[in-house]
Amino acid sequence: MPDRRLLALAAALLAACAFFLFWGLKGPAGFILELRATKLAALLLVGAATGISTVLFQTVTGNRILTPAILGFDSLFLLVQSLLVLGLGGLGYAMADGAGKFLLDTALMMAASLALFSLLTGRGRGDLHRMILVGVIFGLFFRSMTAFVLRLIDPSEYSVIQSAMFASFGSIEAGHLAMAAALFVPVMAVIWRLAPAMDVIGLGRDSAVGLGLRYDRLCTLALLLVAALVAVSTALVGPVSFLGLLVSALAHELMKTPRHALLLPAAALIAGLILVIGQGVFERILGLQSTLSVIIEFAGGLLFLYLVLGGRR
Amino acid sequence: MIAIRNLSHRIGGATILDEVSLDIPRGGITAIIGPNGAGKSTLMGLAARLIPLQDGRVEIDGQDIARTPTEELARRLAIVTQRVGVASRLRVGDLVGFGRWPHHRGRPGPADHAAVEHALEAFDLTALRHRFLDELSGGQNQRAFIAMGLAQETEWLLLDEPLNNLDMFHARRLMARIHALSRAGGRSVVMVVHDINYAAAWADHVVALKDGRLDFEGAPREVLTGARLSALFGMEIAVEEIRGRPTVLHHA
Repeated sequence: MPDRRLLALAAALLAACAFFLFWGLKGPAGFILELRATKLAALLLVGAATGISTVLFQTVTGNRILTPAILGFDSLFLLVQSLLVLGLGGLGYAMADGAGKFLLDTALMMAASLALFSLLTGRGRGDLHRMILVGVIFGLFFRSMTAFVLRLIDPSEYSVIQSAMFASFGSIEAGHLAMAAALFVPVMAVIWRLAPAMDVIGLGRDSAVGLGLRYDRLCTLALLLVAALVAVSTALVGPVSFLGLLVSALAHELMKTPRHALLLPAAALIAGLILVIGQGVFERILGLQSTLSVIIEFAGGLLFLYLVLGGRR
Repeated sequence: MIAIRNLSHRIGGATILDEVSLDIPRGGITAIIGPNGAGKSTLMGLAARLIPLQDGRVEIDGQDIARTPTEELARRLAIVTQRVGVASRLRVGDLVGFGRWPHHRGRPGPADHAAVEHALEAFDLTALRHRFLDELSGGQNQRAFIAMGLAQETEWLLLDEPLNNLDMFHARRLMARIHALSRAGGRSVVMVVHDINYAAAWADHVVALKDGRLDFEGAPREVLTGARLSALFGMEIAVEEIRGRPTVLHHA
């Protein structure tokens, strides 16, 4: 029997989607609906990827404050992007725009993030202060490196990368969306199979190993999946630092359970709800285009401060 | 029998365990005693494959732990450690339920629920089952984790300082419960104990570690003498026989 809270979330999300699609529909309905449906699908995909990757990441690292984005994962993605432009040249980069490039992006991202993770989760696991410090330093490092690489490349090539730099829910290409979905679905299938084991991982290393889990292997696998999801989301709309934190905190607060079979759908639904309602209100009612990310960052940033300053026992 | 052969362990430059060889007999309660930093927890962690082996061998009932699949070990041996950092917000019932994981791997059946009920009852946790772990006292927390180890229903139960945080009443109750398990339940319990009087009262076998080496081992009545304990802890310790048991008088 599905959980009542999940059903309520799903119903709310459906209503939000209907609002997003049909509110203020004027002119050529078919054309507008297609446009809106693409954007809606992207919002849902980004929401699910962000929410699920954050919950998984927090389980594996054993804390509730850090998220892949806070640890500079999306900055890493931008660095990979700008290095690709530098390596292939703007034309090559633009030419390579397609399935191959998307896969290359994701593979590079997964390799790089695995290296970063092992640095973070090795002996320092459980040491929250060390992880925050390392994360902040690496985030800054990646951003500076990106800025450096961008100075090296041709100004005309710079415009190619520029669109990837800022979170934007305004313009989403249908082609990117299809590829992101093609990667998202198998990743989700694996995560769904892992969900019960992730519940045990949440108990911490000693208990998990004692219960016969292949802890290190599972953690590495989970982190690879997180990296893939971050790549999917960042490739679609750019970096959104605090959405994941907001969503994961809300999901844990609402579900109050160690079971990932409930937590992960809840996080995906909540993230979708925030993005769809936020974007809908901004576009349809306030008539604005791209300020949603600012609001999310503001609310998420406040929550981050609250968590760090000891709002939780 | 847990056979430990030439077990050495180093962290950084420090030697934690140095060529320890000993047999922990099957059945009954084995108490591991020794001063702080003697390597007691490390010995347990190594035997329960929580810490990767560096040097030496551990066999549990004839099976080398380095070559036995970890899933199978989890059905033969349960360990409850002292430091437990749980990231998830857990209810007591959920925590104890995790003890069944090695048996159902994500799909609990009726037998699993029954085992959880039994473990909750055994440690007076039934009334607390819907409470969150972070709303419990240290002692209640401790009991919840031990109940999880019990629910795992393994032949071997390793407890690292299970009496920490427990008041007199619950400490004795826990020891009586563990004792009953080791008798009627046919389980073998290995535990790190700091209060020697508990070891003297309940243990069938005592293992003493000092500076990473085996200091002495044997039946409590034979090895818990004033001379041996004084040497082990580096202080004057008198042992008197009270009601037929060696009793350590270490307060004065």
